[in-house]
Amino acid sequence: MNIYRENILEHYKNPLNHEEMEDASADFEDSNPVCGDEIHFWVKISDDGKIERATFKGTGCAISQASASMLTETVEGMSIDEVEEMGSDEIRELVGVPLSPVRLKCALLGLKVLQGALLKYKGEHQ
Amino acid sequence: MYHFTLYLKGSFYIYMVASMDEAYINEIRKDFPILETKVREGVPLIYLDNAATTQKPRQVIDAISEYYLKYNANVHRGIHALSEIASEKYEDAHSKVAKFLNAKFSEIVFTKNTTEGLNLVAHGLRNLLSRGDEIVVTRMEHHSNLVPFQIVAKETGAVLKFIEMEDFEKLDLNSAEKVITDKTKLVSIPHMSNVLGTINPVKEIAQIAKEHDALMLVDGAQSVPHLKIDFKNLGIDFLSFSGHKMLAPMGIGGLVGREEVLANYEPLLYGGEMIRNVDYDIATWNDLPWKFEAGTPNVSGGIGLGVAVDYLQNIGMDKVHQIEYELTKYTLDRFEELDFVKVYGPDAEHRGGVVSFNVYNDSGQLIHPHDVSTLLDENGIAIRAGHHCAQPLMKSMHIPATNRISFYIYNTKAEVDRTIEVLKQIKDIFN
Repeated sequence: MNIYRENILEHYKNPLNHEEMEDASADFEDSNPVCGDEIHFWVKISDDGKIERATFKGTGCAISQASASMLTETVEGMSIDEVEEMGSDEIRELVGVPLSPVRLKCALLGLKVLQGALLKYKGEHQ
Repeated sequence: MYHFTLYLKGSFYIYMVASMDEAYINEIRKDFPILETKVREGVPLIYLDNAATTQKPRQVIDAISEYYLKYNANVHRGIHALSEIASEKYEDAHSKVAKFLNAKFSEIVFTKNTTEGLNLVAHGLRNLLSRGDEIVVTRMEHHSNLVPFQIVAKETGAVLKFIEMEDFEKLDLNSAEKVITDKTKLVSIPHMSNVLGTINPVKEIAQIAKEHDALMLVDGAQSVPHLKIDFKNLGIDFLSFSGHKMLAPMGIGGLVGREEVLANYEPLLYGGEMIRNVDYDIATWNDLPWKFEAGTPNVSGGIGLGVAVDYLQNIGMDKVHQIEYELTKYTLDRFEELDFVKVYGPDAEHRGGVVSFNVYNDSGQLIHPHDVSTLLDENGIAIRAGHHCAQPLMKSMHIPATNRISFYIYNTKAEVDRTIEVLKQIKDIFN
């Protein structure tokens, strides 16, 4: 049972920042139709364009939910540009277990949704 | 004492039958080299994804390589030795399939897969539909028996109607009686659901369709590989199936069509082979079945399909069904003992060798099928997890996805036992 290392299960069972954010600068939600994973992200952006806080809620497989949970921690303090540059390499590194192409899509959903929220924020503020 | 002896004799008999079957299946397994594969070091393969595609026996693999090694040539063209052998073998494969399904040679069209056959029927239906006509399918369709008809309905102004289900287990015949009317031009149902495993009453529904002069199409993707099929006796007009789900290679399948219907039906593809006479402005069509096989066909695939049919007939379709029935019954009985597994679909008597289920942890939380299948895969166990190309069915059942075990002739009860052992471990991981 290699792929479900303790930290993935820990994030899945007790996700970080797992709540709606009332004073969010932007939010976005999306799903993966192949498996029905759903994720909703909220972000708070500081005046200097950095991510002050990110929260999420969602349902789906352990990989998708754990990866979103890990992401909320990682992106804190990063700039919008930095998060927009993240891709599958960064997510693979973050999750830290080997992912098949199908499971990579699960892992990437959180990032995709977070980037969607940032795009929405930029559309409204720039 | 007398009863006791009988009881003993009874168990002994059951024991003998069981062990004979085990030996028999071990013999079958020897024909499938891939079953010896180690998925990872020390992890043998347990292949339980046969509704997606089956493994191929050595006989089929050899037939394909023999074609390419010894007589590769285009069919029905060259006046030379290789082309003649290839043509004969390719036609012979049609004959084998015709005999296998109790249809005529002229009624066997080779296609790429089930989906192509269904699309062929949907495409030709355009000519027969007027605004307000109706097409009837069911609530348990695979996308391939739904989407082509959505499109045709949209283009022609026809209306798509649905035969309802009872308890997400079987089709409701009362509903069939209601939705099939004189406006219905075509009824299409799956012979066996790829999610629930339900074997549908094709004959009964075909009878209703006939009473209203509607054409009857059957999606046989999950039935032709597993059940004895008598095309003529079913009273249907079309039957579509895939070779790769019945030991044959990928890229070959068949559409069986009643001769009288095919004769006037519009082809899906136009080009070489399917024509008789061509002028610059007009062309006429070739005899059946070639009218529906435009272009160079999948010759090696067709020959492989013929050999796969030989293989299945050697075993006998009744025996194929019996092997799968016993595995399915055993699995359903064992799942019944497990309170953390929810099974979908009817009892073993009313289904084929497909078991869809979900796994829950001790607090009743669904363990997502992708997590279940990933962890099974770590133990070499291949199953399917997802919506099984039946999104509307999943939505109406209010589940995102299911796990699905599906059997074929080479599976064993020991493989089921191992799968259940791992499912217990998975539940514990998610507690």
